[in-house]
Amino acid sequence: MSDGIKKATMHVNQNEGLIFEKSAPGKRGMELPPLDVPAVDIGKALGAENARADVANFPEVSEIEVIRHFTRLSTWNFAIDLGMYPLGSCTMKYNPRVNEFVARLDGIASEHPYQPGELSQGCLKILDLLQNCLLEITGMDAITLQPSAGAQGELTGLLLIRAYLQSKGNPRKKVLIPDSAHGTNPATAVIAGYEVENIRSDAQGQIDIEQLKRIVNEDVAALMVTNPSTLGVFEQHIAEAAEILHKAGALLYMDGANMNALAGVARPGDFGVDVMHLNLHKTFSTPHGGGGPGAGPVMVKKILEPFLPVPVLVKKPDGTLALELNRSQSIGRVRAFVGNFGVLVRALAYTLAYGPGIRQATEDAVTNANYIRKNLEGVFDLPYSSPSMHEVVFSDAKQKKNGVGTMDIAKRLIDYGFHPYTTAFPLIVHGAMMIEPTESESREECDFFIEAMRSIADEAEKNPELVRTAPHNTRVGRLDEVGAARKPILRWKPKAAGEAAD
Amino acid sequence: MRYLPKSPSERQEMLAAIGVKSVEDLFSSIPAAFRLKKPLALPAALSEMEIIDFFKARAAENSRGYTSFLGAGVYNHLRSVVTDAIIQRGEFLTSYTPYQAEISQGTLQAIFEFQTLMCQLTGQEVANASMYDGSTAVTEAVLMADRLTNKRRVIVARSLHPEHRQVLATYARNLNMEILEVGFTPTGQMDLDALGKLVHDDTSCVVAQSPNFFGVIEPVAKIAEIAHAKEALMVIAIAEAVSLGAVKPPVDTDIVAMEGQSFGMAPSYGGPFAGVIATRDKFVRQMPGRLAGQTVDNKGRRGFCLTLATREQHIRREKATSNICTNQALCALAATVHLCLLGKEGLAEMAAQNIAKARFAASELAKIPGVKLAFSGPAFNEFVIELPRSVKIVNASLRKEKLIGPLPLGTFYPELTKHGLVCVTEVTPRAEIERFAAALAKALKEPI
Repeated sequence: MSDGIKKATMHVNQNEGLIFEKSAPGKRGMELPPLDVPAVDIGKALGAENARADVANFPEVSEIEVIRHFTRLSTWNFAIDLGMYPLGSCTMKYNPRVNEFVARLDGIASEHPYQPGELSQGCLKILDLLQNCLLEITGMDAITLQPSAGAQGELTGLLLIRAYLQSKGNPRKKVLIPDSAHGTNPATAVIAGYEVENIRSDAQGQIDIEQLKRIVNEDVAALMVTNPSTLGVFEQHIAEAAEILHKAGALLYMDGANMNALAGVARPGDFGVDVMHLNLHKTFSTPHGGGGPGAGPVMVKKILEPFLPVPVLVKKPDGTLALELNRSQSIGRVRAFVGNFGVLVRALAYTLAYGPGIRQATEDAVTNANYIRKNLEGVFDLPYSSPSMHEVVFSDAKQKKNGVGTMDIAKRLIDYGFHPYTTAFPLIVHGAMMIEPTESESREECDFFIEAMRSIADEAEKNPELVRTAPHNTRVGRLDEVGAARKPILRWKPKAAGEAAD
Repeated sequence: MRYLPKSPSERQEMLAAIGVKSVEDLFSSIPAAFRLKKPLALPAALSEMEIIDFFKARAAENSRGYTSFLGAGVYNHLRSVVTDAIIQRGEFLTSYTPYQAEISQGTLQAIFEFQTLMCQLTGQEVANASMYDGSTAVTEAVLMADRLTNKRRVIVARSLHPEHRQVLATYARNLNMEILEVGFTPTGQMDLDALGKLVHDDTSCVVAQSPNFFGVIEPVAKIAEIAHAKEALMVIAIAEAVSLGAVKPPVDTDIVAMEGQSFGMAPSYGGPFAGVIATRDKFVRQMPGRLAGQTVDNKGRRGFCLTLATREQHIRREKATSNICTNQALCALAATVHLCLLGKEGLAEMAAQNIAKARFAASELAKIPGVKLAFSGPAFNEFVIELPRSVKIVNASLRKEKLIGPLPLGTFYPELTKHGLVCVTEVTPRAEIERFAAALAKALKEPI
């Protein structure tokens, strides 16, 4: 195409360029009120060596262009608001709109973290009530809301364990992690200064208690376990594992990523867990937003309370709330300010909507997973027959015979209007298909999903090529990810003078 | 319950189809001793209206009606309603991390645009898709320098945000890393002589913030020269990103660790915000955090996907560059939309207004008997005043006038109990600056 003319093609909203390609000098999409104090010469005010001319190639576009650009981009996304998102271990449930509304209220969104405590009682009461609700739901004794996300919650939890063991004279060397664990667990243990020892799951995909007895010694700081496991199965011997660890002076860490299977039904604090984190963007419905922000509160038993990160929320003798900064045994700060407050507000709004009825959400989530399991058993291979809770893990063993793998089936689901399930995880299942419907799906949606999966299984038999080359109905096809990594293009650059336009 | 899409009879039919008598049977794998026998002791369920009322009541217990002069890492800037309208579209709000590129091109292209904007602003060659916040970005930048240099000694400016230093200390404690601090001079800038004596061949990096915690612009090029002379890397933290509309970008530095809150994110009592790491191309494989890259699809059309994921925890497990999984995608999107609206002229104008307003405020306050400007270095939109008495006492008087006064620096610097950090942005009206000056003058006349 020549540089001068850009032709409209079919589906103009499907061919939206980059914002930089729409830019023209002198346009803008936001105006400021006029300056009401004397203007200053920036070169003189900052010194010529500090002053900047302008930001080269920065976009210059109008308001309507910005609206249209990002609205068009948005239509290229799948989202919970559009349909079922059966991503195992991600808990893609409905994100209530009222949560967004209250997080943006004047007096909530507008508050500064350093404003005096007497002018922050509303914020502090929100934190206090959320803390109490999360402690009741998990059965734990004390809490910090500071961690920004699950991974930082894990790190905080391990630092608490380290500080506690250090106070007993020896921080120890190793953290035990089952081979079914999410990759974040081992990455976190290393940042907390521990070596990782992987432990193998038994034939049922559960913690191998006999093996645990053999390897727990005075070098072991903790076992990090996800419960229900990444297979969606409750760890039968969790209390026994806790006992083995406690006897050896080690602690039990629980990754609460799968709390959506337990809320209102069972409490980790009751089955021996010493430290755990929650992902508020999973169980507590705060939006994933295309990959964050989240929040990863950490709950602990009494023995670990002195080590919680600062600030700690306390009640003063006069009944008002305050943030306490001076705590001699604290592990320190894990991030600036109190945490992702706006996310915490949303999580509290969710909890208040359910109250004790949160159990119903758990029951519906587990019902949906078992309903899907029942209807797809036999169609897909079920590598572990242990009872499922909130998610079910199949494998592609049957379809692999026709050269169709889990990723192909996942991509074909897109053509049927569903987001793919989680592929190739957990690592202990070859060709895993991890399905978590959550409580947000009606029976009708579950039936549509089951029908789509059965139809794809049929296609895998009769027309495997159709599945292998999916998706077919998307704006772009499968992307060249190898090429993207080999010669990374990570930013837009203006065309050099003389270079031809596309 | 309004969020649950099942009728009681549908529940029964589904349980029957599964082949269980009651929903209890689905939980039989949990040992009986651990199954709750009674409902959780939570507040009773609320309707939508009651939830709104609850939070409105909490909002009324905060600082409404007060004018604030607080900054210190969280800034009140103009935000357009357009930004919120875009990020509340369900297609952005309720989508997952864009691993499935074919149905995530909206998020991926927006991230690619974000990375480009961050490079343009910081003068660096590559930027990630965002991190938790500025404090963790600083820490991750130091860990990155540690991997690149394989050295363990870190030199940090005392004028780096105190909470950022605290976060770094928490992470460093168990990683066999030594952190040394270098002080500041009467200009409020890093003490370069002291720095010169501290930097040795075993130094991994030098970390400074500009504008620093006192609002003063650091001599970045000179600091970098001292660091580079001993083959240490230079990390520049930026807490007030609007400064990049007027202040020369830190092109001499190796890693930039920035807080993006100033670009369209509400103060929100401290989060969520978006941290950023930007660096040189040659360091990209040691950079933590997600990255979106441009590629083509099977028909040769331009598209975007997450790339260089072999650095990340879900692939590398214990050998990953960082344990972080998330970026702050929705916050990064807010920044992207905000910066596109503001544009080249708007950003420059906003930065210039901040400088002008802060200068005006500084000169008004300096006229008050007993009030001194503590540092002489070039300031952006914050400055430190020294008072003849404790800032906390003065602030209590200011509160009676519905003013939230300067941040008492004694909390973080024991030697600065009579010093307060004042922030003025484009949203602070001149009349409020004048009211603040009058109230401060009055407060200083009150008997202690």
